[in-house]
Amino acid sequence: MTTLDPVTLAVLQGRLEQLVDEMDATLFRSAFNPIIAEAHDASHGIYDRTTGATVAQGSSGLPVFVGSMSGAVSLIIDRTAEEGGPGEGDIWVFNDPYRGGTHLNDMKLVQPFFRDGELFCWLASVGHYTDVGGAVPGNYNPSATESAQEGVLIPPVRLVDGGELRSDIVDLVCAISRVPANAYGDLFGQLNALKLGVSRLTDLLDEFGAATVSTAFVELTARAASLMRSNIAALPDGTHSIDDFLDNDGSVDQPIQVSLDLTIEGDRLVLDFTRTAGAATGPVNISKSTAIAACYVGLKHIFRDVPANAGCLEPVEVRIADGSLLDASWPRPVAGYTETILRIMDLIFGALAEVDPAISNGSSYGTINALSIAGHQPSGDRWVMFTFYGGGLGGSPVSDGLSHGNAPLSTATIPPIEILESAYPVRYTRWALRPDSGGAGKHRGGLGADYEIELLDESAEVFAFGDRGRFPPPGVAGGGPSALNRISFDVAGDELIPPLASKIVGVKLHKGDRVRIASPGGGGYGDPSDRSLEAIERDLRLGYTTVEGSGT
Amino acid sequence: MTAQESNRVVGIDVGGTFTDVFMVDDRSGEFTVAKVPSTRGDEELGFLAGVRAAVDSFDEIGAVIHGTTVGTNALLERKGATTGIITTAGFADVLEMRRRDRPNTWGLWGDFIPIVERDMRLEVAERTGADGTIVQEVDQAAVTAQAQVLLAAGAEACCIAFINSYANDENERLALDAVRLVWPNDHVTSAALLLPEVREFERTSTGAINAYLQPVVGGYIERLEVALADGGFGGRFFIVQSNGGVMTSTAARALPVRTALSGPAAGVIAGAHLAAAAGFSNVITCDMGGTSFDVAVIANGEVVSGAQTSVDYGLVIRTPMIEISTIGAGGGSLAWVDAGGILRIGPESAGSVPGPACYGRGNGRPTVTDAHLVLGRLNGERPIGGLDQLDTRAARDAVRREVAEPLGLSIEEAAEAILRIATSRMAGALRLVSIERGHDPGEFIAMPFGGAGALHSCGLLADVGLSAALVPRYPGVTSALGCTVADARHDVVQTLNLAVADLADQAAVAALTERLGRNEAAVRSFLDDSGMVLDDVSVSVVLDMSYVGQTHTVSVPVGNLDTLSQANLLGAFEKKYEDTYGRVLESIAVRVLSARTTVVGTRPKIDPAALAPHPDATVPPAGERNVFFDGEWRPTAIWPRLELPSGWLCEGPAILEQPDATIVIEPGFIAEVDALGNVVITNASGS
Repeated sequence: MTTLDPVTLAVLQGRLEQLVDEMDATLFRSAFNPIIAEAHDASHGIYDRTTGATVAQGSSGLPVFVGSMSGAVSLIIDRTAEEGGPGEGDIWVFNDPYRGGTHLNDMKLVQPFFRDGELFCWLASVGHYTDVGGAVPGNYNPSATESAQEGVLIPPVRLVDGGELRSDIVDLVCAISRVPANAYGDLFGQLNALKLGVSRLTDLLDEFGAATVSTAFVELTARAASLMRSNIAALPDGTHSIDDFLDNDGSVDQPIQVSLDLTIEGDRLVLDFTRTAGAATGPVNISKSTAIAACYVGLKHIFRDVPANAGCLEPVEVRIADGSLLDASWPRPVAGYTETILRIMDLIFGALAEVDPAISNGSSYGTINALSIAGHQPSGDRWVMFTFYGGGLGGSPVSDGLSHGNAPLSTATIPPIEILESAYPVRYTRWALRPDSGGAGKHRGGLGADYEIELLDESAEVFAFGDRGRFPPPGVAGGGPSALNRISFDVAGDELIPPLASKIVGVKLHKGDRVRIASPGGGGYGDPSDRSLEAIERDLRLGYTTVEGSGT
Repeated sequence: MTAQESNRVVGIDVGGTFTDVFMVDDRSGEFTVAKVPSTRGDEELGFLAGVRAAVDSFDEIGAVIHGTTVGTNALLERKGATTGIITTAGFADVLEMRRRDRPNTWGLWGDFIPIVERDMRLEVAERTGADGTIVQEVDQAAVTAQAQVLLAAGAEACCIAFINSYANDENERLALDAVRLVWPNDHVTSAALLLPEVREFERTSTGAINAYLQPVVGGYIERLEVALADGGFGGRFFIVQSNGGVMTSTAARALPVRTALSGPAAGVIAGAHLAAAAGFSNVITCDMGGTSFDVAVIANGEVVSGAQTSVDYGLVIRTPMIEISTIGAGGGSLAWVDAGGILRIGPESAGSVPGPACYGRGNGRPTVTDAHLVLGRLNGERPIGGLDQLDTRAARDAVRREVAEPLGLSIEEAAEAILRIATSRMAGALRLVSIERGHDPGEFIAMPFGGAGALHSCGLLADVGLSAALVPRYPGVTSALGCTVADARHDVVQTLNLAVADLADQAAVAALTERLGRNEAAVRSFLDDSGMVLDDVSVSVVLDMSYVGQTHTVSVPVGNLDTLSQANLLGAFEKKYEDTYGRVLESIAVRVLSARTTVVGTRPKIDPAALAPHPDATVPPAGERNVFFDGEWRPTAIWPRLELPSGWLCEGPAILEQPDATIVIEPGFIAEVDALGNVVITNASGS
């Protein structure tokens, strides 16, 4: 294989990134559910012909899909190999979370891309659907102990067969949902994105030739690997061990340990998670491909200049014990995968801060606080308001942490409350920064938020899936932890605190009852005694901290 | 001659480096161009110097039309007025909480400082429901009390922004009255009256930015008004808005948020006007300066508009405006090789200070401008930008050290590589605004302007597949020319949130028609109040529609309000949706989210024929120098651009020079001067 001149390579890198960004944009604009359209919980990419490794990934989609989609594509590669190879004009659909990664809500579409009758690469689209059946609307069922209670698992099936859309499969994907119209619209949004990807990639191959683009795939991966190696080599050798905990798994009220031994040896990095707890009864398990994706995201947040492709992980060895919390297989429940991968990222930030505080930051708020409020319309149809809430990001070498940011695994924005109030029978009564929630430090953690929602309908049920109710997001380099997550309910005038801290199923609300979330801030960065007097005074003046809360 | 009789119109664009002036006599078509240094921080000094450079006496001027970046700069530098916000109890932090985003996809560092800090955001008990019901009436005395707290804390401006006030602005109007009673100046903004559109953060942010800019932009415009009047000016004074239309200086003082893209918008308007005169209706304008590359699209003669922009992280302005996409690729963008061995351009820029390596002001890293100089494309002896000459040796050293050696290339190869990557990034921006929006680039021309745009035309044509590039006669004063040709324009956006199914009822259709009619009357009276002389006034209505459940909408134009019906609306929506996404979705309900009503009043414009050169001049080349193209040095003729007659034709390689820009015609391209003096560049192979 010939090597490419550096100019063509740089041009192709830009073109490929743009192509996948356009696929993201197409789905965001045409999707039906706000989790995709507004929160951008979706992703698109180009994957290697034989291995399924990521070649290019959209920059606007959900970062954690960057690695996990590669597992989804390799599942289809294996599956089609049994049939003698993929068929031109086929598109597969499935939501199997064990090899495809993440959880049942993430519907994956995978399409082989052919050039002159031969398989050239794969294109894939993934998006978070509002609902895929199961016991709990929105599928964040903290009490699930097996996959079937979480939702309906669709194994890989052909949605498009030899260029023909199968309407029976469209019906199936819609039928498993409590909100079939959303599923219908989102599925066609994903098909729109793939159609655009095929057309753009065809143009690119026409312009540069298949051999050149193919060489660029290999070369770009090698360049990312080399960039990652030089980043690692710049750090001192050594091993750093760090532990964190999930509150519980939603069923058994015991802390779950997640541990990392991070070793730097020359230009190689070992992320050893083998001290992590075994499989959980409740839905905080994650598949191995999801765990590796989480490592990728954590590292990309620190080594920002490395291009988003599989080469980034080439110098990194991830060790995970078989059958552990981080190697879930069917039928282990996995809906709450977000909480576990946030722990993985925080461990990476914490360990790297010990390696070199100048490159890292404090933990983020560490929970997505998935809140689902569900009721019935007068017609009998369901309404489901499903939203993820925000919190603070960690303090960093350059500044205090961002207040009310999105979780490191995503780039999601939160829907405007005016849109939510016009769509669902609820009224927000508070939407504010939460004082004293940021971890203390030379650079304080960003603030979490106080949200309060009043029910206007006669009755509804609430499901909450959060964490960090018992173990706060830690700071780094001497910085302090943030405040704990706190979910509570006003039911007929009484305050209800979930017995499992931040996870609860089926709280019955009536008109006038309220739900409250006080989310964590970010962990602090650096010794609080190094904080400038000016910054301390400003915090007090603006009410970011209070005299009572800071103990000063 | 008195000002009222004068046909002289002065367009003036105050940019970061230069203040550009274009003065035209509407009747005779005579024009003058001038360029003077900008005076950052005291922009009015440069402004007045610019006007004086174009006219002998202010009383000769009939109208001054100004494109300004004073508002944008005040935002970027956080130099607006001390501002207070009064909002619904429980929601004081909306402005600071944003939409829970973060600055970058990768990397978690950085924080956000809102333009109104937390101790200046006060609450009052009040609430409106999503359906417009007043849940809790506002207590005007409580509002007054909060306004007095803000005044005591030093607030100069105030914004009122209540939850759901887009659905019913009753409480917000009462609060506005209460604040005005005690507020010592006019700097009070109601977010709902400014923008009656759903989405509390975007509305609050837009309202707060308006209040924040009122004293700054208002004071600036007032100083200009006084100085112009002192100089004997008795004509009318207009400001270009982000939507590309002009408004009176009085309106601009009340609505400064609409000036955020004032200067760049004027350039796009000029592009549309000049291209139309040259016979092109599909154009991508490319404005390239020292630090950025701005592109905008004109499709079928219409400038493409967007609904909002972010001036900086978290500083969201939602108001109809020309959609201008910016990438950080300018002449000052730095070239570097990353640790993986990939050549990159930007986003870091050397700006104009210290500037490219060839400026000899302390920057040793190569920029795009340095690459042009190394290859002989720029004339080092006659640079633009106020320097006597450029240091070619410094440019070569920088390119060798930072790019050529790490990549194992010769200096010239490395410089070509820098240009190729820079052009490729610009091409990416062009592709995003054309192909991604469903436009075929083959049907579009590029219009490069700004100091550096025409250096890259040929590369862009080849990369994007555009049909031609049209370099206007005065690329360096395009925005100033745009000021003189901008129409009067005003927009009103109103959230409706209507189910199309409900329009089966004739009464509902009548109510919608009545509401749209009221908006039409409002925008018309805005123009009537301006006192502008307008040739023609037209109103258009666009409805933002979607399937129920979608949060993104498509824009559906409404023709005649009198024939509005459920069937017409549905048909128009489905056609637009299918055009956009290639398919219509069966059996899903459709809704109307918002209505956008726009009035445009046409102003008299310069006939671009007035800019045309003499047709029959015979012009010899100004000289010849070696320029590096496609791997070799080639002797290349240098032509004095402004002297070239209409019909002049040449094949590349060639360089066309004029005081404020350089045009590079690469081998394989043909340049022709059209009847209006534009240089039209096409691919010699015809593709």
